[in-house]
Amino acid sequence: MSLGYVLVRSVILVVLLLTAFAYVMVLERKVLGYFQLRWGPVRVGPWGMLQPLADAIKMMNKEDTRPAGADTLLFYVAPAVALFVALGAFAVIPLGPVAHIGSLVLPLSVAHPASGILFVLALLSVGVYGVSLGGWASQSKYALLGSLRATAQMVSYELALGMAVISAVVLYGTLNLNTMVSMQGVHLWGAIPDILGFAIFLVGSVAECNRAPFDLAEAEGELVAGFHVEYSGFRFANFVMAEYVNMFTMSALGALLFLGGWHGPFGLGSSVWWLLAKMALYLFFFMWVRSTFPRLRYDQLMSFGWKLLVPLGFLNLVWISTFVALGGWH
Amino acid sequence: MGKYLDILVFVIGGIAFPVGVVTLGGSLRRSYPDPAKEASYESGETPFGDARIRFHIGYYIFALIYLVFDVEAVFLYPWAVQYLHLSRGIAFGEIVVFVVMLLIGWFYAWRKKVLSWM
Repeated sequence: MSLGYVLVRSVILVVLLLTAFAYVMVLERKVLGYFQLRWGPVRVGPWGMLQPLADAIKMMNKEDTRPAGADTLLFYVAPAVALFVALGAFAVIPLGPVAHIGSLVLPLSVAHPASGILFVLALLSVGVYGVSLGGWASQSKYALLGSLRATAQMVSYELALGMAVISAVVLYGTLNLNTMVSMQGVHLWGAIPDILGFAIFLVGSVAECNRAPFDLAEAEGELVAGFHVEYSGFRFANFVMAEYVNMFTMSALGALLFLGGWHGPFGLGSSVWWLLAKMALYLFFFMWVRSTFPRLRYDQLMSFGWKLLVPLGFLNLVWISTFVALGGWH
Repeated sequence: MGKYLDILVFVIGGIAFPVGVVTLGGSLRRSYPDPAKEASYESGETPFGDARIRFHIGYYIFALIYLVFDVEAVFLYPWAVQYLHLSRGIAFGEIVVFVVMLLIGWFYAWRKKVLSWM
């Protein structure tokens, strides 16, 4: 593995992720539009398909403002932290077994360490820093409150999310994402014994990405835009990109851990497209939830996380370890 | 370690992208600084006081409980990986004891009304 080879793959993945970001964002605006009986973006290009290009040009040209009392270094660093952490977490996500292009055999991830899932969880935890530093450095009351809320929310739901992941690890007995998926090809999908774990993961992933109905960090009705009130132009875009890349990571993780990864249902073969289809469904679920549920109140959010999801996570862990102790799949 | 080096290359690319675009964009965009633009946004009111206000103690308390649970969750990972290879009855009993101890602490926090947001 030469350095150039890794570099090429990294660049390809970054470009793919950011293109996917651009179009998933248009798709989200479209989906939200249709849910609300309107068209969504239609003006720029055919069916609004050039909208992301227009947005990018606009973002690049926006004046880069900084509030007077802001902590300069942290204010400039925070969006980059949010984005590179989100991108870094995707580095270990395998999109398929291996691709054969001519005589070339390509693994479909930038790296595949033995303990991929731990790496993803670790980086997702670091993701809190982008939000909390950005909000604190802004010298704005809305931003500070938004970032505090986001921090408390993300740590609370991370616990439930971690419990769901641990139940999957017990089920497969490994931390390697590739091995997990190949085990689901031989046996059943993870979600069949671990349905409760999947449900917790689903809720936890919406909360981890700070998306409606858990978007208390942004809460435009009360905090204007939460932690990124004071950001403009491309720095603001970095936060949005980080949010979407986190959604991709979460949807890929959900598909790999619980929905059989790149294996088709009913033994219908396996390919990258199955995984992408599952991710697309998962992303649609994010949008569906956003357009259906009203935002929670903050105390409801915290008690939902701590009084329901955390004990359910522990119970689920006990159930899965009973299942495995009784023989499980082995 | 080679695999983690790959990730490092990727992460450097991830840092280079936002930094690079913001730097490049600097030559495209105009900049007219103005005291009114630099004021922090408070819904159109004139901002007053320092924004780093005192905030609710509840955030600290949740952070503390989280820390306790998270450190204990760390112990669950090695157990989870090795569970298949251990003597299952004993390993299961041990984890039930561990989870019950966690839940006692959690229940205590609940009864002390720490988990309800005031």
